[in-house]
Amino acid sequence: MSETSKIDIRGLRKSFGSNEVLKNISLDVGKGGVVALIGPSGSGKSTLLRCINLLVVPDGGSVRVGDTHFQFGQGTKPPDVKTLAKFRATTGMVFQHFNLFPHMTTLQNVMEGPVTVRRMAKADAEKLARAQLAKVGLAEKADQYPATLSGGQKQRVAIARALAMEPDVMLFDEATSALDPELVGEVLNVMQRLASEGMTMVIVTHEIAFAREVADRVVFMRDGIVVEEGPSRQVIDTPREAATRAFLSHFHRTGALPLANATP
Amino acid sequence: MYQWDFGILWSYRWLFLNGLGVTVGFTVVIVVCGLLFGLLGAFGSLSRFAGVRLVALAFIEAFRCTPILVQLIWFYYALPILAGVEMTPITASALALSLYGGSFYSEIIRGGIVSIDSGQSEAGAALGMTPGQTMRRIVLPQAIKRMIPALMNQSIIQFKNTSLVSVLAVPDLVYQSQVAAHDSYRPLETYTAVAVAYAAILIPLTIIVRRGEKRLAVSE
Repeated sequence: MSETSKIDIRGLRKSFGSNEVLKNISLDVGKGGVVALIGPSGSGKSTLLRCINLLVVPDGGSVRVGDTHFQFGQGTKPPDVKTLAKFRATTGMVFQHFNLFPHMTTLQNVMEGPVTVRRMAKADAEKLARAQLAKVGLAEKADQYPATLSGGQKQRVAIARALAMEPDVMLFDEATSALDPELVGEVLNVMQRLASEGMTMVIVTHEIAFAREVADRVVFMRDGIVVEEGPSRQVIDTPREAATRAFLSHFHRTGALPLANATP
Repeated sequence: MYQWDFGILWSYRWLFLNGLGVTVGFTVVIVVCGLLFGLLGAFGSLSRFAGVRLVALAFIEAFRCTPILVQLIWFYYALPILAGVEMTPITASALALSLYGGSFYSEIIRGGIVSIDSGQSEAGAALGMTPGQTMRRIVLPQAIKRMIPALMNQSIIQFKNTSLVSVLAVPDLVYQSQVAAHDSYRPLETYTAVAVAYAAILIPLTIIVRRGEKRLAVSE
């Protein structure tokens, strides 16, 4: 499996002070695979996601994305800032609170990565950024500042910003949790399309119906360990573990995805 | 009832203008140098290295927690005796005022930087920016907007603090007006005129900055 996998995580450990958040986690994501991480808050799923692009540096274990491999723990040197930056440029991340740059227009937000990190010429970066904005249905918002956009629009800009770096994998950290219910659909639509285009994706989400529909695999975490993992419909429809069943009982697991008001 | 007579000051106009020139020039120097010290202090106090943080903190608190008048006298009279460093009154007072202002600027700049949501740096890092790029492109442009009112306020204080250099016989506006007051026996008129001169420079300046702030706020 690990020859074809895009993301390969082995024996990952992370503690914040005395709080052990990840206890020996392993995760494989194949090329073009979509994995949903679900679980109660405090289960470590966001930390795991942040370890994939090393926004959180693990205490032990190994992380491989594509051809880049990192080993952590005793006897290893933590990667330096240049190495980290270069590595993160190959992974895209979308945050719960969007984290758009408020002092830049939508277009400038999307151009920022290509121009500053990849040293792309401004004109080329602008072309690329406009194409990405069009892809998320926001071409006409290019010259507006983020403050003037709705939550759903902000998150779509954030997705365009990540995609402009042409990443190998996309990481979504509760991308719809901060949105008003009627705006969730437009963001999920964009994510679904991205998945169908073959993007490798890891998604931390509470949208169980979305995970069931769009992810190939679901990983259920609790207290820093993987409790259950498998094909998404199998885990969500017929969970084996009692903890998974208890968690899933809080959600509607099936049914149509929330529809976008304005289909991008 | 006191009989005001401002007409008498006209004969000292060149003295006043000279003093005003020194005051304004001095302010420009200590604001620019102070901001440089402030940047050093702020980045030092945010450094990854504990040793650098300690040095920056020592600098900030040493100058923030002692009176500027004492610092001026100390730089001019004590340094030559203790360290063998001789300075002209102008150098000594420029250095003392720059370091004093720098300690306050440091705290303003540091406060502005840490007030920016950590999600902004995370977003920069996730795009593949180095910490330096994130600071320059993402954090500082936002932080500076928040710092401007406080930096302006501190610079106004710096402008008025230049009046203290008269104790080292630097010929600023206050020093020259002392000369004029002693010569004319008209201290009330002299110092009233000096107060008006300070306000006449500062009030238009504050209006300009307030307008600038409003324009910056539009892009938020």
